[in-house]
Amino acid sequence: MHERLSHITEPVAPGTLLGPVRVLDLTDRHGWLCGRILGDLGADVVKVEPPGGDPGRRLGPFYHDEPHPHKSLPWLAYNANKRGVTLSLDHAEGQDLLRRLARAADFLIESAPPGSLEARGLGYRALAALNPRLVFTSITPFGQDGPYARYRGSDLVAMAMSGFMSLVGEPGRPPLRVSLPQAAMWAGMYAAAGSLIAHHHREATGRGQHVDVSMQASLLWALANAPAHWSLLREHLCRGGSRIVGRSTTGARMRAIYRCRDGHINFIFYGGEAGRRSNEAMVQWMAELGEAPEWLTRVDWGTFNVATSTQEEIDRLEQPFVEFLRRRTKAEFAAASAQRGILGYPVADARDIRDDPQLAARGFWQEVEHPELGVTVTYPGPFARFSAAAGAIRRRAPGIGEHNAEVYSELGLSAGDLDALRQRGIL
Amino acid sequence: MAGTAGALTGVKVVEFAVFAAGPMVGKHLAEHGATVIRVESRSRPDGFRVHYPPYKDNIPGLNRTGSFALFNDSKLGVTLNLKRAEGLALARRLVAWADVLIENFVPGVMARNGLGYEAVREINPSLVYLSSCNMGQTGPRSGQRGFGSQLTSQAGFTYLTGYPGEDPVLLFGPYIDFVAVGFGLIAVLAALDYRRRTGRGVHVDLAQYEAGLQFVAPALLEYEANGRTMTRMGNRSPHAAPHGAYPCRGEDRWCVIAVCTEDEWHALCRAVGHPEWAEDRRFESLAARKAHEDELDALVGAWTAQRAPEEVMETLQEAGVRAGVVNRLGDLFSDPQLVHRRVWQELPHPELERFHYEAPPFILSETPAELRRSPLLGEHNRQVYRDILGLPDEEIDRLIADGAID
Repeated sequence: MHERLSHITEPVAPGTLLGPVRVLDLTDRHGWLCGRILGDLGADVVKVEPPGGDPGRRLGPFYHDEPHPHKSLPWLAYNANKRGVTLSLDHAEGQDLLRRLARAADFLIESAPPGSLEARGLGYRALAALNPRLVFTSITPFGQDGPYARYRGSDLVAMAMSGFMSLVGEPGRPPLRVSLPQAAMWAGMYAAAGSLIAHHHREATGRGQHVDVSMQASLLWALANAPAHWSLLREHLCRGGSRIVGRSTTGARMRAIYRCRDGHINFIFYGGEAGRRSNEAMVQWMAELGEAPEWLTRVDWGTFNVATSTQEEIDRLEQPFVEFLRRRTKAEFAAASAQRGILGYPVADARDIRDDPQLAARGFWQEVEHPELGVTVTYPGPFARFSAAAGAIRRRAPGIGEHNAEVYSELGLSAGDLDALRQRGIL
Repeated sequence: MAGTAGALTGVKVVEFAVFAAGPMVGKHLAEHGATVIRVESRSRPDGFRVHYPPYKDNIPGLNRTGSFALFNDSKLGVTLNLKRAEGLALARRLVAWADVLIENFVPGVMARNGLGYEAVREINPSLVYLSSCNMGQTGPRSGQRGFGSQLTSQAGFTYLTGYPGEDPVLLFGPYIDFVAVGFGLIAVLAALDYRRRTGRGVHVDLAQYEAGLQFVAPALLEYEANGRTMTRMGNRSPHAAPHGAYPCRGEDRWCVIAVCTEDEWHALCRAVGHPEWAEDRRFESLAARKAHEDELDALVGAWTAQRAPEEVMETLQEAGVRAGVVNRLGDLFSDPQLVHRRVWQELPHPELERFHYEAPPFILSETPAELRRSPLLGEHNRQVYRDILGLPDEEIDRLIADGAID
């Protein structure tokens, strides 16, 4: 169908994109993703956990449903490509060790409440005085200062305060979040981006800086173009449940979730050239199966304009699609939409994704050795390809203090020193 | 032109991109000082200039759409027609000038237009070339066209949103496009670092689908390890109760409350004036509260319903309980915290009058983002073709008359 696609001819392993940079990752689960991304790109990420381990290790779901600090699935997902050390930042000795680590680090990422590292003499200013090249990234619910800076956050709070929830859910019923926490994902992703922008500047000037990431503000981009509706028209868009809002100047809502035989399908008739091709292909498919009403085959999609359609027109048009899709399966729709150029995808669950031939063909899934479990586990692969070679994960998430000896020996600490620190509760 | 103090000053970017997933990457580079040239065509304008509301005063027009403005601030806008030989020649000169190229067409389109990676690396071997599309550059479904509002469902997000046993609900819009934006930005920045150290270019093949899956990794591992497909559960959480959106005074006003520990539970009981709830056997532990969650929600909801959401937030936060207002779209523009961070930057625009541009969610202490308004269609043709490519004015006039610059 297409000519041979441009191919990456000079393979670049993702793990070599960044130079030899060291990242100290002090985050809790609200910041894990940032260090994971930098690790994927080749940074040497050292996860610094309190003695006893990151509290996030205690949150499930767990591998084989066995609660254990090495078996938390969110922990495993977002702490691969990191080494792990323990360190108490509540003791002066521990604080001093962190300062020594920070002198030699390129990045430090943290997600403590604003002010709490400062109180230990470990804030941005204190560490920048020791290492002016340091990029110091803080991930918090609302940011480092401002009227809500001291407020406590959570995924649900961030989803609400960002406005996202006001746009999600059925009208007349409560606003909804996504059941799998997302706020830490957005914040962690944008923290990595901001850190890399600061890195670029540091490489040019020799000076690091403080990167202040707000979880609330990170989620604003999940609202897509919605803020423009307020800016131009002073309209609060309201949540439409399974219908898309904001596409029509008449206020019409368009169904996007259709029931099918084994679940749901997300399909929408768009306008414009892309919409015309898709709508025609859909009606063609229906006609081939003898399921297109006569009037539908005569609709001129070239002149159909979503932006000016009324609710009545939309409802009439969508009815035959409701009938047709009810008799299809997710897999049938996935195949037909790809083959025929129909704009839509199944509402996939984890199994559908795992079984998707597209991901298999691209070698997306990656086997990662877990000697401590005696198995290999299949992980989702990289966020982008920088070469034909797949695979972003070079090491599984660390055990508690797994790399204490390795990392602290760089500071000249002996095995005896480490034992002593351990006994005093510092490691 | 670009500011002089931005973190990315000196980085040169050319964009052959449409809608959000490509252009938003360029926006983030531009607001930190990169010179970003957005290449458009008057004969085939971006869909966000044409058939997507909102329009200023509800009147369509190429320079009257909010979506284009929101995703394209701080850039230079030029037009050219790639179907014309001289238009393509101009495009190739821009590619030779650039450090970074961003495109988000269906695989094959750039190659058909003479701007595929193989072709352009001969002009500019050290180019960082970002290809962002739904399914990736390879694989049996690579040619599939699609929009983020549907791809969000393919990547598992929609299945995880809504109530158990009911139809799933939409995540408003093209949620996954913006996940792909963040990862696209990260990929470009990492590739620039590689280029700085090695002098070599990089082609980035970003499947928006695969980028999106990073955000649902625990659900994928849960299926892998335990054979279960994680599903939607309203606003509830296995780790916290109460945990939900509760009705407040006013029309369609809501707050959220998330109680994650026993200390927070006791603090909530005191703050709402019901210390007896803390003594109630039905609520004596997380497991007990989860077992009686409907009753618990009814009690909490009866208290919140008497109050404005702001009052609930202030009262509970004062007591150390995680709570917030469900901001409506318009509330975001007066949210004191977002205002404090200067997230909204209202700038004058010749046809929109004033528009709220959106600053990034990270603030760099030494080189904060600087936003400039979005370009009109072809606004910077003369500036770019004369000052950057060095074309004489009469040559530019001829190219305009011939339609190569359309």
